[in-house]
Amino acid sequence: MDSQERRRWMSVLAQAAPEDVEAAWRKLAEPPAYRLLRGPETGLVMVRGRAGGSGAQFNLGEMTMTRCSVELDDGRVGHAYVGGRSGRHAERAAAFDALLQEPGRRPALDEIVIAPLLARQEARRAGARARAAGTRVEFFTMVRGEE
Amino acid sequence: MLAGLADPVLDSQRIFRAVLEAMAHPGRVVAVEGPPETPRALHRAAAAVCLALVDLETPLWLDPAARTPEVLEALRFHCGCPIVEEVRGARFALVVDARSMPPLEAYDGGSDEYPDRSATLIVQVAALTADAGKRLTGPGIAGEARLAVDGVPERFWAELRDNHARFPRGVDVILVAPAGVAALPRTTEVGD
Repeated sequence: MDSQERRRWMSVLAQAAPEDVEAAWRKLAEPPAYRLLRGPETGLVMVRGRAGGSGAQFNLGEMTMTRCSVELDDGRVGHAYVGGRSGRHAERAAAFDALLQEPGRRPALDEIVIAPLLARQEARRAGARARAAGTRVEFFTMVRGEE
Repeated sequence: MLAGLADPVLDSQRIFRAVLEAMAHPGRVVAVEGPPETPRALHRAAAAVCLALVDLETPLWLDPAARTPEVLEALRFHCGCPIVEEVRGARFALVVDARSMPPLEAYDGGSDEYPDRSATLIVQVAALTADAGKRLTGPGIAGEARLAVDGVPERFWAELRDNHARFPRGVDVILVAPAGVAALPRTTEVGD
C-alpha cells in the first residue's frame, strides 16, 4: 500500500468534523465489526514548528488530541489521531483507516466517504479565505518626487 | 494484534499496587489481574506487569524465549518501549525461560551514586509458593519469610546472594507465576 495515499485519507478523516465522520459511517451499507485495541483515549501532544518552515525547531504549544486503534475481523489494523476530545471521531476514523487499507473497498469508500469530506473541508477553507479576503487592505505608497 | 488493558489508567494502577505490595513484602505472593488477552509465550501476570511498568523511557530486553513476534508486536504497540539487544542497556528485562537466563551480574546494577538506575527483572516461573522453600530476611519481612520457586536454576539463589552483597548496587527481581507476583529486591537476604 502506498503510504502517501494512506497519509492523505488519514489527514482528511482527522480534519473532518466529528459529526461528518459519524454521518459517513452511518451511510455504510454494512458497517463492519471491529474491536478496540487501544483507546479511544485523550491526551496532549506538543506541536512543534519551524520558523519560516526551515528554521530551528521550536515548541509551538500543546494541543488536545484523541487517539484510537482498532482491528477488523480480517486482522487489518487502523489508527487515528484527531484533534479535540471526541472519542467517537477517533474510533470511526480508525475504523475507516482499517477499511481503506483493503484494496477492494478503497475506490468505493474513497468516493462515498473521503471525497465528500474533503470537499466540505475545502469549502470551509474557501469560505474562511473569502471572509479574510473581504477585510483585506491594500497598502501602497505614492512615490513623491523631490523635484 | 492483542488488545491492551481494558482501562489503561485504573488497571495499570491496580497492577502497580500489586507489584508495590510484593516489593514491600519480599516473599509474599500477590495476586494480579491481567489484560483480557495475553501473548501465548507469557503468563497473564507477566503481561500485566509489562503493561503497567514498561514504557517509552525504559529500554526492555527480552530473552530468546520471550522474543516471539506476538510478544514483540504487543509490547511495542502498547508500551512503546525500545527493545534492546544488549542485556546491559536494559532498564527492564523480561525472562520467560528462567533456566537459561543470563547471570544477575550481567544486568545493569546502577552505580554507587545512582543505584536506582539499575535493571528490574521480570522473571516468569512455573509456580510460586509462600511459606515454603528458601528462607528470606531483610527489610519488609517481619522475622523471616519463606518462598519456594519452581522453575529457576539452583545458581539463581547463589546469584541473588551476590546481588545482595553488591548493595546499594544490584538488580531487583519480580517473579511472575500464574498465581501472581512475588518480589526479591536487592535488600533481601536469601538463606537456606
